[in-house]
Amino acid sequence: MIAELIAAFLKIALVLGTISLVVAYLTYLERKIIGHIQMRMGPMRVGWHGLLQPIADGLKLFLKEDIIPSKADKIVFVIAPIMVLVPAFVVYSVLPFDENFYITQVNVGLFLVLAVSSLGVFGIVMAGWASNSKYSLLGAFRSAAQMLSYEIFLGFSLIGPLMLAGSLNFQNIVRAQADVWFIFYQPLAFIVFFIAALAETNRIPFDLPEAETELVAGFHTEYSGMKFAFFFLAEYANIMAVSTVGIAVFFGGWGGIDAIPLPGIVWYLMKMAVMIFVFIWIRATLPRYRYDQLMRVGWKFMFPLAILNIFVTGLVKFLFL
Amino acid sequence: MVSLTHYLALGAIVFVIGAAGVLMRRNAIIILMSIELMLNSVNITLVGFSRQWGDMTGQVFAIFIITVAAAEAAVGLAILVSLNRDRTALNVDEVNLLKW
Amino acid sequence: MELLFFYMFSAGIIGASLLMVTRANVIHAALLLVLTFFFMSGIFILAGAEFLAVVQVLLYAGGIMVLYLFSIMLMNVEVSVRLRQYHRQSFFAVAASLILIFEVWTVLGRGGSYPAFKGFSWQLGATPGNVEALGSVLYTKYLFPFEVASILLLAAMIGAIVLAKRTIDR
Repeated sequence: MIAELIAAFLKIALVLGTISLVVAYLTYLERKIIGHIQMRMGPMRVGWHGLLQPIADGLKLFLKEDIIPSKADKIVFVIAPIMVLVPAFVVYSVLPFDENFYITQVNVGLFLVLAVSSLGVFGIVMAGWASNSKYSLLGAFRSAAQMLSYEIFLGFSLIGPLMLAGSLNFQNIVRAQADVWFIFYQPLAFIVFFIAALAETNRIPFDLPEAETELVAGFHTEYSGMKFAFFFLAEYANIMAVSTVGIAVFFGGWGGIDAIPLPGIVWYLMKMAVMIFVFIWIRATLPRYRYDQLMRVGWKFMFPLAILNIFVTGLVKFLFL
Repeated sequence: MVSLTHYLALGAIVFVIGAAGVLMRRNAIIILMSIELMLNSVNITLVGFSRQWGDMTGQVFAIFIITVAAAEAAVGLAILVSLNRDRTALNVDEVNLLKW
Repeated sequence: MELLFFYMFSAGIIGASLLMVTRANVIHAALLLVLTFFFMSGIFILAGAEFLAVVQVLLYAGGIMVLYLFSIMLMNVEVSVRLRQYHRQSFFAVAASLILIFEVWTVLGRGGSYPAFKGFSWQLGATPGNVEALGSVLYTKYLFPFEVASILLLAAMIGAIVLAKRTIDR
């Protein structure tokens, strides 16, 4: 009993520590990659090629004055960043990293991830409302509408692969892809999933909630210091979580090519690196959607596509399997 | 050991809190939220029964209740939004004309 | 252990819901209701209804309550914070509630003893799991109510759109 508890705590500490560190370096990676795509160098001053930049940034955010606007709803204002950060980290409790390395596996794993990640929108809405500022409130409005809509497509796009795997447990979903990855069976589902994932993590081209050219910084306009850092951490933690879900459901999780014997975790990390690079690449390439375009793409294009995918999958499974 | 009585007692207490909220408050939104609370307390008792007899029917009905609650919330909030157009405070004892 | 968690979650539910019905600020009330739903999903997990617990978080907390918050922000609710919060009938309401809780308490106290809970079929190792068990019942025995529920949702959706839509100026 006690040994189990200690093992569980060690695992949680390891995963959370790794994520926090990787998230910090993701900001560095993002600035570097975007810099090179735009023919710049990116951060160069702190350390060799700017390698210590995230630590300097973290220190700066930590030491900055923590401002609470005088007209803000103080309790909600303080809780909001925590409400964004906690779901982003809780999701990792069921995600699969390797055959035998996960914090826990539950019967409703994938569904739990969807449920918990849908709570992130609360923090954003709370932040927008509690700041008592028009930019924040507008950002929160956009965010609530966008995340509610795209959550639906995210869920629907995962139903097709689920029907093939016949389980909500991540370990079983990955094991079902031992021969063929689901991306080959479900390319349409993956496209819908990826677009919805971009929208759920508030990334360009769907970063309307924090569109800096229109809304200053959207829902976190009034935040500073550590609270601002929380929003930032949550955004990158969400990107990694959503990439992990994508890898587990469409790209065979820890599985790799049999000819090259590598540990599962290495395969997983390689796929993760590719996914994150694509996320950053898209940010450097695409412009932002307009609000009505965002809604049109979602409801008139992706929603029917997701339904069609479920229908065809069900039909094929009914007829041939 | 948690028994059926625990679940029923909890469900009853939450139901009464919700009912008191519905009867006491003037703010229409809080009344709607209290109704959600009452619906949920019924879910607790259903899940308790389901656990007692090892039968899934209670959980199935809890899912139906959640569906009904979603429908109720959507229509209720739509009514409140349209009511809010011609009066600012949504107090139920002021909405007594049966017309607008 | 199970009892300890049950009492923790129950205390959370009762505390948060009592606070919820007494708040003047609607947004605070909505957030407390979300908290209540969290504790309830904890109770569901204790009762072996994992799927329902997740549905509770996904639909109630993640769906319905966001809808509430969204509508509250659309309406101008700051005015009502300064107004009288309780109805004139609240004395009778409290009295009725107390009578109701007393009645239920008496009935529960008189109830006979039940056979102790042995475990769901999947906990005893007979069937795969909670999700599978729920799905097989929901899509066979309760297929018709399930379809009716979907019609209800469609009707509610149309109704909400019609009600909340601004009338177009002619």
